[in-house]
Amino acid sequence: MELFKNTQIDFLGKQKYFIGLSLILLAIAIGSWAAKGGLKYGIDFTGGANINVRFASAPPIDRIRSAISARIPGEISVQEVTGENEVIIGLPLKEDSALQRERESVVETLNTTFGEKTDRLDLNNANPQALAERLREPLQRASIPMNDEQLAQLARRIFDFRNTPPRSGVLSSFDQLKEVEGVTPQILEVIRQQCYLAPFTIRGAEVIGPKIGAEMRNKAVLAVLYALGGMLVYLAFRFEFVYGLAAVIAVFHDVIITLGFFSLTDKEISLNVIAALLTLVGYSMNDTIVVFDRIRETLKLSRRELTPKIVNDSINQTLSRTVLTSGLTFISALALLLFGGPVLNGFSSALVVGVIVGTYSSIFIASPILVFWHEKFQKGKRAAAPASAR
Amino acid sequence: MKSLKWKAALIVAITLGCLYGVIGLPKSKDELAANWNKNIRLGLDLRGGSLLVVQVQLQDAFKVEANTQIERLKEELGKQSIAYASIDHNDPQTLAEADQIAIQVRGIPAEKSQLFRNIIAELLPSWVLTPLSSTDYRLTLKPTEALQIKEDTITRAITTIESRINGLGLAEASVQRRGGAGSEAEILISLPGLDDPARVKNILQTAALLELYEVKDGPFPRQEDALAKLGGVLPLNTKLMRSAPRPGDPAGEGWYLVARTPVITGRDLRDARPAQDEFGKWETAFVLSQESKGRFGRFTEANVGNRLAIALDNQIRSAPVIQSRIEDQGRITGAASHQEASDLALVLRAGSLPAGVVYLQEQTVGPSLGADSIRKGLIAGAVGLVLVVAFMLAYYAGAGINAVVALVLNGVILIGCLAYLEAVLTLPGIAGIILLIGMAVDSNVLIFERIREEIRAGKATLAAIDTGFSKAFLTIIDTHVATVVSCAFLFMFGTPAIRGFAVTLVIGLVANVFTSVFVSRALFQFSVARQGFNPRISIGI
Repeated sequence: MELFKNTQIDFLGKQKYFIGLSLILLAIAIGSWAAKGGLKYGIDFTGGANINVRFASAPPIDRIRSAISARIPGEISVQEVTGENEVIIGLPLKEDSALQRERESVVETLNTTFGEKTDRLDLNNANPQALAERLREPLQRASIPMNDEQLAQLARRIFDFRNTPPRSGVLSSFDQLKEVEGVTPQILEVIRQQCYLAPFTIRGAEVIGPKIGAEMRNKAVLAVLYALGGMLVYLAFRFEFVYGLAAVIAVFHDVIITLGFFSLTDKEISLNVIAALLTLVGYSMNDTIVVFDRIRETLKLSRRELTPKIVNDSINQTLSRTVLTSGLTFISALALLLFGGPVLNGFSSALVVGVIVGTYSSIFIASPILVFWHEKFQKGKRAAAPASAR
Repeated sequence: MKSLKWKAALIVAITLGCLYGVIGLPKSKDELAANWNKNIRLGLDLRGGSLLVVQVQLQDAFKVEANTQIERLKEELGKQSIAYASIDHNDPQTLAEADQIAIQVRGIPAEKSQLFRNIIAELLPSWVLTPLSSTDYRLTLKPTEALQIKEDTITRAITTIESRINGLGLAEASVQRRGGAGSEAEILISLPGLDDPARVKNILQTAALLELYEVKDGPFPRQEDALAKLGGVLPLNTKLMRSAPRPGDPAGEGWYLVARTPVITGRDLRDARPAQDEFGKWETAFVLSQESKGRFGRFTEANVGNRLAIALDNQIRSAPVIQSRIEDQGRITGAASHQEASDLALVLRAGSLPAGVVYLQEQTVGPSLGADSIRKGLIAGAVGLVLVVAFMLAYYAGAGINAVVALVLNGVILIGCLAYLEAVLTLPGIAGIILLIGMAVDSNVLIFERIREEIRAGKATLAAIDTGFSKAFLTIIDTHVATVVSCAFLFMFGTPAIRGFAVTLVIGLVANVFTSVFVSRALFQFSVARQGFNPRISIGI
């Protein structure tokens, strides 16, 4: 199979349209950025707390919000994870000690609002050791013989069962436990007496104090700039300075547009997104390098100087390569976006958008810059010293 | 032919070596799974667990140091009969102000000033004395000494936290300095496989400062009541202390007037164990050390009928009436469960923290969340893999198989390296592997397209393969170096999850140079060598 056979597209002839398009995209990106008062950063960078809570059925968002608002001053967010009975409760930036206190008070509020006021053990929010300890005596009283080892194993199996999907941490009824190996009807009866099932479980929490947030923000900006600088140096070393410059401008363009996409769609910039951006800085370079390599090769063979035609031919000759490699990475990134779950959503969105923009920019941005530079500066040199050229 | 055999041997050896690193030599399916779990270390974002960053409040340690020196100084001044109006220290509130600690001495008679200076020089050599007037002085800590105290405090905090966590029996827990500019006082605690982070946070947060006080008066329901009874002024050498309401404790909050200095502190402790009282309620029993035994015995004998306050972290836990002389034992009542009683025993045994800690960061992933992430990662990876493989086979026909073999080998080497390097696989790391599926075949695409081009230009198969590989090689190096260079800056962040991503991607890309260039070329050479004269390859044109 072949997709591109001997293409003769005049890319450089249409460069003003594409440069125009890029400028418009950049303007939209920066405009949206400015209109929204900056990018929306995740708690990795702002500081704050996110608590993942999974419910046994559809979560009562309003009740959660009002219960927590009553306890904690300031703005809180309760965000539903689509397709799951799960919410993420977000607390905004506070001072370090206050954040930790409020994180605990969210858990407490959930317990008092949705839990039972008994001294039975909440199986959905306990740990295996606590369950084993809780059951030891009642099992003895019910004359079900079990040594500590067996009891610990039973508790572990019950929790492993609870944690695997589709339960994913929440049991909705004790009858579900019948499936667990070793849970006899008698044991189940004891569990029923000693435990209860709160309709929710706390699956995870992330608390980041303002100090660490600020530190990460600093590092994120530096890391992206260093990476761009690193690219410039490497390409200048492997090719010529102008090649490095053209490639870095193209990649910078990709980063801005990708960030613009995040701003437009109100997606948060998290540490994972920065990881994706840095990967992108390297990856978006790949297509550019493929084209530049070809230009360099042609120049060596023909012993001529750079002309728009050589650049255009090189783009055409490498077109199938450029499109295929990007396409394959795009497939991987898309699979990750569609199936990789909410935690990696930002990461894979950045890559999906970035791979497209990166491919586009290596054809329509990096190469025209090369030609532009050459016509502007190299030609001038030749005119100034015509004798040596002859 | 000979070189081909060597190539085959090398490829097989590397593959087997990597497989061995991952699964060992399993004899059964269970053993295979067990070896895999042992060799592939999952980060705590996948297997569940907690990551905590705490900041040691160094100013606490400085205040303790100042207090100790003030007590010594007072004692010495008393011995030498030098009168003084007051000796106290300032109260730095934040970490940044910690080394501004200073001791103020007021009202030393002018004629004793030389003697006073001599005492300071001998008794407090690490402090600098500055006269404020003829009778008042100010003592500040020497910078080298301040640094020493900081270092000691952090080291002690790490040791204490370590021994507390070890008591929990978490095998892979680690406690270390976080490092980096401006984070000297920060400790990174990683607790993979932890079921209940709230419990650990309690264990870490408890300063575990145990003190037994002589109760002078009380309990009072409120602080104001106490002050009202005492006429608004506290008697000399006493202080008011709150008793915290415990869950299920009918007594509730109360206030006691206690002696300023404790009879017994946590340092006098020899052992602590969970125990049950006659009604089966849990409590923590402690035993005092040999040295403090006599002191406690004399004290309790003299105070039979009075109350003794047992305070933990400056809150009274209980204030029982002393029934008779007690030699060396005591107990802290009111634990809600066996676990709580044994946790308290654990922190008491591990000793108190030299300074308070503040949480700067917490990342807790429950086991079910981690399992979900793994499952979703596997699905995404499978989908990506199937699509990419299908495309390569459809587009490049026979050469597609070549690329797929290289891709699989790339994966095997990556996993093998992760196992041998004891690198940790994190969720972003899984994302990196999925991304690598696309990136790995990119190299093959570069090479195959080049070979097609050469064949179209009329070159013979062998020559086309040679040119294709040699021309694409430099391009592949350039593209890979670009990605590796930009990923290298991810190490700046130091978060384990992101680090896992960078490590995975870098290893994968390096392995990719080997598989896509060396292995893939060898595969072509095998197929060509078998055909004899004028060979052909299937590459989809």
